[in-house]
Amino acid sequence: MTLPRRDPRQERIVRNRRHPEHDRLMDDQGAGAAMVTWTGPSGVRRCDPHRCGFIGPNGIKRIDRGGSQQPMGNAAPSAGRQQPTAQRRHIEIESPAFLVTVVPDMPGGRLSSHDRDLLGLARQLADADAQSPGAVLAIVMGAHKETQWGDAGVDRLMECGDSALEGYAPEARLGALEAVERELAPRFWLLPDAATGGADLGRRLAARLGERPVTGLWSLESAPETAQGWRCTTRGGAGSLDIQRPLSRVILALEECAEPVSETHHAASVLTLSHPLLPLLSRIEDQGRVPVDPASIALAEAEFILSAGNGVKDWEGFHHAARVLGATEGASRVAVDDGFMARDRQVGATGTWVTARVYVAVGISGAIQHLQGIQRCDKVVAINKDPDCDMIKRADLAVIGDAGEILSALVARVEQEREEQRDAA
Amino acid sequence: MPHELTKPASLTVAVLLSVGRHPVTGRARRADQDARGLELALSLSAARIELVHAGPFDDACEASMRGYLGMSSGYTETGADSVTLVEQPSQADVLPALSHALSESLAPQLVIAGERTEQGEGSGMLPYQLSESLGWPIVGGIVAVEAVDEGVATLLQALPRGQRRRLSVRLPAIITVNATATSPRQSAFGPARRGTLAVVEQPAVHDEAQDEWHVEPARKRPKRLKIVKSTSARERFKAAAAKSDGGGGQVLTDVTPDEGAAAIHKLLKEEGVLR
Ligand SMILES: Cc1cc2nc3c(=O)[nH]c(=O)nc-3n(C[C@H](O)[C@H](O)[C@H](O)COP(=O)(O)OP(=O)(O)OC[C@H]3O[C@@H](n4cnc5c(N)ncnc54)[C@H](O)[C@@H]3O)c2cc1C
Repeated sequence: MTLPRRDPRQERIVRNRRHPEHDRLMDDQGAGAAMVTWTGPSGVRRCDPHRCGFIGPNGIKRIDRGGSQQPMGNAAPSAGRQQPTAQRRHIEIESPAFLVTVVPDMPGGRLSSHDRDLLGLARQLADADAQSPGAVLAIVMGAHKETQWGDAGVDRLMECGDSALEGYAPEARLGALEAVERELAPRFWLLPDAATGGADLGRRLAARLGERPVTGLWSLESAPETAQGWRCTTRGGAGSLDIQRPLSRVILALEECAEPVSETHHAASVLTLSHPLLPLLSRIEDQGRVPVDPASIALAEAEFILSAGNGVKDWEGFHHAARVLGATEGASRVAVDDGFMARDRQVGATGTWVTARVYVAVGISGAIQHLQGIQRCDKVVAINKDPDCDMIKRADLAVIGDAGEILSALVARVEQEREEQRDAA
Repeated sequence: MPHELTKPASLTVAVLLSVGRHPVTGRARRADQDARGLELALSLSAARIELVHAGPFDDACEASMRGYLGMSSGYTETGADSVTLVEQPSQADVLPALSHALSESLAPQLVIAGERTEQGEGSGMLPYQLSESLGWPIVGGIVAVEAVDEGVATLLQALPRGQRRRLSVRLPAIITVNATATSPRQSAFGPARRGTLAVVEQPAVHDEAQDEWHVEPARKRPKRLKIVKSTSARERFKAAAAKSDGGGGQVLTDVTPDEGAAAIHKLLKEEGVLR
């Protein structure tokens, strides 16, 4: 049996940071690691200021009391980025009391922010009564690229990949929705009141079902005394009136009608109709897009922008690239001030706030005034010589290199591909 | 745009007109979208044009109808110098009366309407309900009628982001006019006085649902706040102070221009912006 023995000398050295043998002893013992942080007698987390923290950018030692930083030594500046995102609560609704159907617009094949707001609204309607929760059913028509259904708040997903539903096929789409109505009889129908399609389809559906829809809904509150249990506020009279009225079955909601789902993850299990859709003789025929001169599209609503900054030297090449790619031209302030581009092409705080789905920044450093203007762009591509500039941080894809060379290589590729297609055809 | 109509005499166009509201002064005026619809109808050469309005016959109505007549009543040969006014009390559901007038007396092949009215509910449902009750197809967001040929109209539809799509639809059909269609011509005073209003009586159906609504001038919508859900003060501080660092886009360093171009090309194709 061994008695625990104290070594008073060692204890003294451990207490004395200045002792020449202090560091060695701490490392040997491994006691150091345990001593960096501990829980004090009153339950508060304490830490040894000499053994934690990191040296900040200006040479001063900083201590991070949030606890996300590792003790001395491996204080990587990007530690914040690697933090796991907060776990979402997983929710599965086995036997829903009712269905709330959402028909998202999915411009570009993905859920738009409007669609997400709408799904948030659908969750409000479905989850109101915790005893008998409803399920949110999303109906997607045509091909799509969305993968995050569960995070958007979808319990059931119905994918109608029928080729008859592609393009502008309002009558066929209405037929699909009617089939859902017959088979599942959802309690609510939610569509975005947006020019991307929901406004048209929703009104068709309401007229077909013989329901009076609420249109332009932007706020919802529960009201048990009404038939549906909800009251809502809608915009009417070309945006000049607010109408408070009871909710109805078919709902066309505006953007920001509710907060998108952010705390929960839903099952998004696949649901199919038991009967296949019947082919429908359509009286409306889609003859395809009409080419529009990209230069004539207002910058604010252009879908694809090729934007030039101070890094562009070969302006002829840039204009040629925009023509070949079919992109609307934009510019940074410097390019405009230097007289290479027109004033109405300027993107940013003092120019236009653009909403492009794809924004290609050529030789733009990404000053905050410029980045403000592209806040709402989905995909940003940066071409720049400087790998540390702010535009690279914002970009989804950044290519480091000379702008002129990369643009001409891109143009060559696109032209070559068109050539091959023409030959094949 | 000039239009070649192969069978000019056979095309009758009805333009649905509503009482507009000036966004600043609130005075009655011709509604912007309906005026665009009338402009579209006038651009169809040699079509017969019927102007229709359903609602109460009062000062506001007369003022705005004369606004439309000031555009069109020079075109006496098309019949656009007179408005058929289906009289209905205010707060009536005009759908039955309008649908009756269209199907029984006017019998147009093409009905042109605006997307929303500028007064009242402005739900934009009327053209859709008409389409349902008449059984005619409806297409929304039209900017031009390119041709009408053997009972099929070729239309140009406005899409978001300045894009256009060509459609063909079998007549009779209903179209709604987009706000980006050709802007209406000025309304001239003399023709506006010379145009006529022909009042037609129709039984009215009271719209009961509206009685329980509470209507007030639009409030400014609250701006959405950026909600930061975090557990520690440090994270809240970071969210408030930090520049958005995008969070991990792909960065290609040390690539040849061609490889870089290939990566961009791939992304552009995936996003479907290259046509
Ligand atoms: C009140 C105020 C309002 C402003 N409003 C706006 C605004 O609305 N919009 C706006 O854009 N700016 C605005 N600015 C200006 C803004 O601060 C920046 O000065 C401007 O955006 C910088 O433009 P730039 O990125 O084109 O030029 P620079 O900052 O000079 O960047 C050029 C970039 O090109 C790269 N480059 C150089 N040569 C090449 C090459 N051969 N190949 C590839 N890359 C190359 C460089 O690495 C650099 O990153 C505003 C400024 C102020 C003070």
